[in-house]
Amino acid sequence: MRRLLLALLFLIVSPLSAEETIVADLSQRRVAITTDFNGSEILIFGAVKRLAPLTSLEPLDVIITVSGPPSPVTVRRKDKIAIIWANRDEVEIDSAPSFYAILSSGPIEDILSETEDLRHKITKEKMIRSVDAGGVADAAAFTDALIRIQQQKGAFYADEDAVSFDEQTLFRTTVDLPANLTEGDYRTQIFLVRDGAVVSKFETDIAVQKVGLERFLYNLAYNQPLIYGLMSLAIAIIAGWLASALFSAFRRT
Amino acid sequence: MQIYLPIAEVSVNAFLLLGLGGFVGILSGMFGVGGGFLMTPLLFFIGIPPAVAVATEANQIVASSFSGVLAHLRRKSVDLKMGCVLLVGGLVGAGLGVLLFNYLKSLGQVDLLVRLCYVVFLGVVGALMFVESLNAIRRSKRPATGPVRRTRDRGWVSKLPFKTRFRVSGLYISVIPPIMVGLVVGVLAAIMGVGGGFIMVPAMIYLLGMPTKVVVGTSLFQIIFVTAFTTLLHATTNFTVDVVLAVLLLVGGVIGAQIGTQIGARMKAEQLRILLAGMVLLVCGKLALDLLIQPAELYSIAAPGGH
Repeated sequence: MRRLLLALLFLIVSPLSAEETIVADLSQRRVAITTDFNGSEILIFGAVKRLAPLTSLEPLDVIITVSGPPSPVTVRRKDKIAIIWANRDEVEIDSAPSFYAILSSGPIEDILSETEDLRHKITKEKMIRSVDAGGVADAAAFTDALIRIQQQKGAFYADEDAVSFDEQTLFRTTVDLPANLTEGDYRTQIFLVRDGAVVSKFETDIAVQKVGLERFLYNLAYNQPLIYGLMSLAIAIIAGWLASALFSAFRRT
Repeated sequence: MQIYLPIAEVSVNAFLLLGLGGFVGILSGMFGVGGGFLMTPLLFFIGIPPAVAVATEANQIVASSFSGVLAHLRRKSVDLKMGCVLLVGGLVGAGLGVLLFNYLKSLGQVDLLVRLCYVVFLGVVGALMFVESLNAIRRSKRPATGPVRRTRDRGWVSKLPFKTRFRVSGLYISVIPPIMVGLVVGVLAAIMGVGGGFIMVPAMIYLLGMPTKVVVGTSLFQIIFVTAFTTLLHATTNFTVDVVLAVLLLVGGVIGAQIGTQIGARMKAEQLRILLAGMVLLVCGKLALDLLIQPAELYSIAAPGGH
C-alpha cells in the first residue's frame, strides 16, 4: 500500500514539472525608430500552462531576458607610458549584446544555479562570450569593465523584482528600451525556474527597425555614399547662404 | 526635444545641438576658425561616436564658413587671390595628410598621436599669439612712443621668385610662402580632423604679414574647400557623415557665424587675437590634463578596427 502510494505520487509529480509550459506575449513585437524616437516600453506578460493541478513543491520563479543584436567589441585599457596616459592593452570580445536587460521575480543567485546559468547563458557574465585575451593576463577585468561601462550607459540593467508573479501562474513585467537603440532583432527569453533549474523556456524576437526618414537617410548613406555626401554639402552651402542673406536683409531694414 | 540620429544611432536633445552650433558659430565668425577643434571634443562629450563626430563636424564647418565668408565678402575683407594660392597648397597637403594618417593608423596609436598634435600645436600657437597680442596692446597704451611699425624685413622670404601683388592684403610677395603655409596646414588639418583655421590664422598674420581684418575672411574661404573635400572623403569611405546631426549643428552655426562676424568687426584686432589665443590655450590645457591625469575610467569600448 505504501509503495503503491509512493509510486502514485511519483507518477503525479515527475511529469508535472515537464508539463508546465509558458504561454506568453508582448505588447508589441516591432519597434519603429522614428526621428523623434525616445525609447520604448514593452509589456511582457503570460501564464504558466499546466495539465495537472499544482502540487506544493519548491516555488516557481520567472526570469526574463531581452538582448540586443550581438557584435564583436574591443575593450582597451589605458596605462601610464612615460608621463602620459594612453591605450595599451586591449582584449577582443567575440560577441557582446548592444543591450541587455535581465528581469526576474527574485534575486538571481537565489533562484538560479550556477550550472543552469552557464547552460542557458542568462546573467551578463555568462552572456558575453569567448574572450580573446591576446597575451593579457587579467582578461576578466576587461569583461567586467565592459559590463560596468554598459551599465553606466543604461544599456545593461538588471532588476530582481521587476516581474510580478501571481499564484505561481500569471506573470507580467515591462522592459524599457532606451532611446539609444541600434537596429536589429532583440531576442526575448522567458525562463521558468524551480529549485535552481530551468523547467521551461519561451523565446521570441522584438524587431527594432528604422522607419521613414531615418530609414531613407541610412540607406542612402550606405548605398549611394557619393550622392549622400554631395547632398550633405549642398544642404550646408544652402543653409550658409540662407543665413547670410537673411542677416543682410535684417540689417537693411 | 529628443532627436534620433540615423547614422550616429543615438538620441540627443535637439536644442542642445542647436546651442552648441550657435556657440561655436559665433567663435567661427569672430576669429575665422572653423571651430572644429572645439566642436569635435564637445560632440564626444555628449556621446556622439568619435568617427561620426569628426566627419559630421567637417560638414558643419562648410556651412558656417560659407555663411561667414559671405558676410566678409560684403565687407570686402577676403583676399580671393591669396585664398586660391593657399588652397592649392591646402588640397595637396590634405591629400598627403590622409596618406600619412592611414600609414600611422596601420602602426596603431594614431589616437594618441592626434591628441599630442593638438596639445603641441594649440600650445605653441596659443602661447605665441598671446604674448604677441599682449605686447601689441601694451604698445597701443603708450601713445608717447608713437606708432610703432612692425619691420617688414622678412630676410630670405623677400628674395624668393614668382612675386605677385596681393592687392587686398597690400602685399607684394612670392607665391611660394603661401603655398607652403597651405601645404603644412593641409597636412595637419587632415591628421587632426579639423579645418585648420587656428593654425592658418596665425601663420597668415605672422609668417605672411597679412592684416588681421583680411586674414579671417581669407582663412574661412580656404576652409570651405578643404572641409568640403574632407566631408566627401568621409562620406564615401567611412559612411560616418550624419546629415541630421549636421543640419542641427549648422542651423545654430550659420546664425552664430553671422553674429560672430558682427562682433568681430566691432573689436580691435589685438583684442580679437588675445581672445582667440586664450581660447586655444584653454582647449590645449584641457587636452594636456586628460593625458597627464589618471582617468576615472581606464577602460574604453570600441568597435573592432576603429581607433
